[in-house]
Amino acid sequence: MRLPSTPTGRARRAVALFAAAALATGAAGCAESERSSDSSSGSGGSGGSFVFAGSAEPVTLDPFYASDGESFRVARQIFEGLVGTKPGTADPAPLLAESWERSEDGLTTTFKLREGVKFSDGTNFNAEAVCFNFERWYNTPPGIAQSEDLSYYYGKTFRGFAKGKNTDGIYKSCEVKGELEAVITLTDPFAGFIAALSLPAFAMQSPTALDKYSVPAGKDPRKGEYANEFPTGTGPFVLGSWDKGSKVTLDRNDDYWGEKAKVDQAIVVAIADPGARRDALISGDVDGFDLVGPADISTLEDEGMTIADRDAFNVLYLGFNQAVKPLDDLKVREAIAHAVNKEEVVSASLPEGTEPATQFMPDLVNSYSEDVTTYEYDPELAKQMLADAGQSDLTLEFNYPTEISRPYMPSPEATFNVLRSQLRAVGITIKPTADQWEDYLGVTTGTAKHGIHLLGWTGDYNDADNFLGVFFGTKTQEWGFDNPELFDALKEARGLSTVDEQVTAYKKISEDVMEFLPGIPLASPVPSLAFAPGVQGYEPSPVQDEVWSGVTVEN
Amino acid sequence: MLRFALRRLALLVPVLFGLSVLLFVWIRVLPGDPARSLLGERATPAGIKQIRELYGFDKPLLEQYWAYLGQLVRLDFGSSIRDGRPVTETFFEQFPATVELALFAILFAVVLGIPLGYAAARRRGEAVDGVVITGSLLGVVVPVFFLAILLKLVFAIQLDWFPTSSRQDPRIDATHITNFYVLDGLLTREFDASWDALVHLVLPAVALGTIPLAIIVRITRASVSEVLNEDYVRTADAKGLHPPVVRRRHVLRNAMLPVLTTIGLQVGLLLSGAVLTETVFSFNGIGSYLFDAISQRDYPVLQGYILFIALIYSLVNLAVDLGYGLFDPRVRVS
Amino acid sequence: MSIAAPTEPSGAGQPTPVADVAGESLLRGAWRRLRRSPLAIAGAAIVLVFVVVALAAPLLAPYEPASTQWAGLVTPQSVPGPATDHLLGLDSFGSDMLTQLIYGARQSLIVGVVSTVLGLSVGATLGLAAGGFGGKVDTIVMRLVDVLLSIPSLLLAVSVAAVIGQSQLSVMIAIGVAQVPVFARLLRGSMMLQSKSDYVLAADALGIRRRRIVMGHVLPNSMGPTIVQATLALATAIIEVAALSFLGLGDGDPAVAEWGRMLVAAQERFGNDPRLAVYPGVCIAITALGFTLFGEALREALDPRQRR
Repeated sequence: MRLPSTPTGRARRAVALFAAAALATGAAGCAESERSSDSSSGSGGSGGSFVFAGSAEPVTLDPFYASDGESFRVARQIFEGLVGTKPGTADPAPLLAESWERSEDGLTTTFKLREGVKFSDGTNFNAEAVCFNFERWYNTPPGIAQSEDLSYYYGKTFRGFAKGKNTDGIYKSCEVKGELEAVITLTDPFAGFIAALSLPAFAMQSPTALDKYSVPAGKDPRKGEYANEFPTGTGPFVLGSWDKGSKVTLDRNDDYWGEKAKVDQAIVVAIADPGARRDALISGDVDGFDLVGPADISTLEDEGMTIADRDAFNVLYLGFNQAVKPLDDLKVREAIAHAVNKEEVVSASLPEGTEPATQFMPDLVNSYSEDVTTYEYDPELAKQMLADAGQSDLTLEFNYPTEISRPYMPSPEATFNVLRSQLRAVGITIKPTADQWEDYLGVTTGTAKHGIHLLGWTGDYNDADNFLGVFFGTKTQEWGFDNPELFDALKEARGLSTVDEQVTAYKKISEDVMEFLPGIPLASPVPSLAFAPGVQGYEPSPVQDEVWSGVTVEN
Repeated sequence: MLRFALRRLALLVPVLFGLSVLLFVWIRVLPGDPARSLLGERATPAGIKQIRELYGFDKPLLEQYWAYLGQLVRLDFGSSIRDGRPVTETFFEQFPATVELALFAILFAVVLGIPLGYAAARRRGEAVDGVVITGSLLGVVVPVFFLAILLKLVFAIQLDWFPTSSRQDPRIDATHITNFYVLDGLLTREFDASWDALVHLVLPAVALGTIPLAIIVRITRASVSEVLNEDYVRTADAKGLHPPVVRRRHVLRNAMLPVLTTIGLQVGLLLSGAVLTETVFSFNGIGSYLFDAISQRDYPVLQGYILFIALIYSLVNLAVDLGYGLFDPRVRVS
Repeated sequence: MSIAAPTEPSGAGQPTPVADVAGESLLRGAWRRLRRSPLAIAGAAIVLVFVVVALAAPLLAPYEPASTQWAGLVTPQSVPGPATDHLLGLDSFGSDMLTQLIYGARQSLIVGVVSTVLGLSVGATLGLAAGGFGGKVDTIVMRLVDVLLSIPSLLLAVSVAAVIGQSQLSVMIAIGVAQVPVFARLLRGSMMLQSKSDYVLAADALGIRRRRIVMGHVLPNSMGPTIVQATLALATAIIEVAALSFLGLGDGDPAVAEWGRMLVAAQERFGNDPRLAVYPGVCIAITALGFTLFGEALREALDPRQRR
């Protein structure tokens, strides 16, 4: 996932804490504010409002044109897709589609839809609506709407549009087979298809509302009335108002087909500074927030707040730029790998509960391999190997970003600092180069002028292509190597028609990658959320598929 | 006076024009462009190229500037590349927040600073003077952001007297007309919203107002003691004029001139100083938005905001210069 | 950030050196007045200690600066506190706190001096041009200075950092450039004041060339406030480094011995380990206080009207 998105959590402890909080609030009685008891009109829930702080405002409320975590956070309350995720995992699960069936060649998928679902504008959700959405995506007008920062996920997943510069996509057709059956046909097999549909970008939107508030082709679709005032989906909340620059207010959807939301209102505010989010929670300005800084966890717990951990679905790595000598020498890369003490990197700079990584994907991914080559921490061996490679007084440029916190990299300066001390210990001289995030990305991914660097990725859905393919699918300036064998293997794996075949292929690739050693996977940092003691029923998800219908707030 | 004002206003046109050229060139020679920050860590070369073409960043600089100028003439400042929102829309949504903050900061500084400075000057060398001077010195040697963090820790978290962040409690459903939240609450008769906005302003305003307070105290002290030494004040005293009359008619009036200059200067500086305070208190003003625009190379926002700020700054300066004439008839603005 | 300017960039309180006082006796008088002021002595003492610590850092510090061998001892939850081998404990990134504080003085001195010299030389040149030539030159230069003042100095800082990378040099340039308008206005203001004084009018009437009047009389007599401002600018610089660090524009190296950076790095641990913020915070405040006291005292001492 891209752009400001970052969550966090510590599941087992969180469960215990939630239980403790439940007891505590039970004993304290239900001191609900008058305001909330007025409005909790017998829905069986706690009523009231749930105020949640993210790190930035949503970019748009039309999720098809969004790719950032904050837009998706709100979209997940308003919209639902054909496919959801199993709670607490990254695996696909039925949502608006009750079941699906794929043809043997992997090209055709038949979706059986849930009955009795209505969009919040009162129109029916049916096969026609499904095809309307698929056709809408495919027919995204050329120009700004097709640019990579708007329809990012469609471009990545379906790889092309009906018109415009890129027309060799894999979408072929959508066929209405009765009220509740839709058939999607692709031109090429794509095993990750179902998993990809769990992204909020592919949520079902009301055809009636989209037509009514349509944006003329060529105009920025994020600016229209639809995206700002009338986003219409089938989810447990509807948009109350988006007070730009201040907050998004979501009202409970009283006609929701499933279990209705317990709170009357959910309010999302943006607080950019992590310390300010922490303070806002402690002082009661908000009921919960995302992207807890590792150093804040103990403070928050001391103040009686609950911390909820997400299972890590990301990976942080130390990358080597092979365009720079002697990083093109496998022996040197192996020596550096032996010089790195991942356990210490974790304890010194990452949240508690984080596990060191062995490969370029977290263990939640289906193609995670138990048999990859590992490199023991052994500084003496590292020194020896460097000497053998004729690199006893090696000098390396070390690029790292400053003042940024990503879910996979909560405090890059600290990570850099501890890695530097380890590399210095084996006699490597480090030339540090710090840049602001955007400049840093430009240097490390847009030029060949960088040495070793810190970067990572948070996955979107359970598919190894979402990690390995993203990192090593083609020759890039970030890695500076040309390995056609690897590129071809990844391309082939992507086109396999069943998940089982894919898993076998990706396991093999992951093992090969760890022998080729383009970088050192360091860890999958655990992302955390924090809540006021009275908040219950928030279920963290590794892919942030968190719907707030179960959340209750006791004051 | 009127001619002076008109001439200064006329001078603004070439100044702003020059600034627009300067800014345009300057911002675009910075390494990097918005495409990288839009697309994040997994940007593809094709995606970046596409965005550059879309916004015309691949065209010659002169052509780009010509297009921008064409927009400016129609008073169209373009839209943010990050979120697609028109620059004028976000500016007039955030600017009132910063102005509100700066006004309350100045108010805090003036209301407290002038009496303190006056008292210190009257009792020069006594204990009061020592306390005031030491206090004002301490005010300027603590970094603003650290002071803001301390204020928040003590008054918002430990004592829980004030909120820690934002401009208004998100649970309040307030109507906003002018985006000056305190004023909006009064206009719509939603007095609780107004009060809530006021409470949210206290800590940021104190944090932001501390340095101006220290400066105003010292300027007032210096200026008042200077005037007190002037012959005409001594004469007035010697003549046995009623002290409050001396104070009002001679001392304060004459001592206010440098104080006014200082306040004028501070208003301009506050705008850029607000960035730190706004960050600590998550106060949604222009500061943090502009700051992000710089690092993310959001060209239209950068150009538009800085032009607006320069315009407003120049107008404030002009107002201060005109204010001289009102306070001191000896200053003829020519 | 230039809001941190602890002084009034123009306007009141400026000394008006009296024309008939020769340079030497003015200085001698100032010295006498300085010695009598307890605040000046306190300020001078702080400045002196600061400079000595900065110069003798290698002799005073127990370890090398920016050493990272203890980086692994720090965790997101805690930082090792004072112990026999680390008298003040480690800092947020695992360097020896005492060493970092001592070398921090050196760093502050370098940043302060370089940025002030930069701001002073460019600003004074502009001010001299404006005040010396007057007329059209004055108008153009002063409008330029206005524009410079209206551009948030942060933009300058970010631009500089983007061009030459996040380093101490960009910090110094950014702070120095922010001082340019202050010095320009100051020098021009006090030169204008001088130009209206009787001795200049007299010299003019005698037909002495304008250049000689400016360089020989007006400029030297306008230097007092500029020197004072330079002293105060050192205090500003030390505070502004911290402000830049807070916004992520300081030196990017987490191990660098720099007070502002240490203070900023400590803020997220402020709740559970205030020591980390208090030490560098106190160093910044005391040093800035020293330069401010000394500068203020100097201002009063140089002002002949303050003679009692």
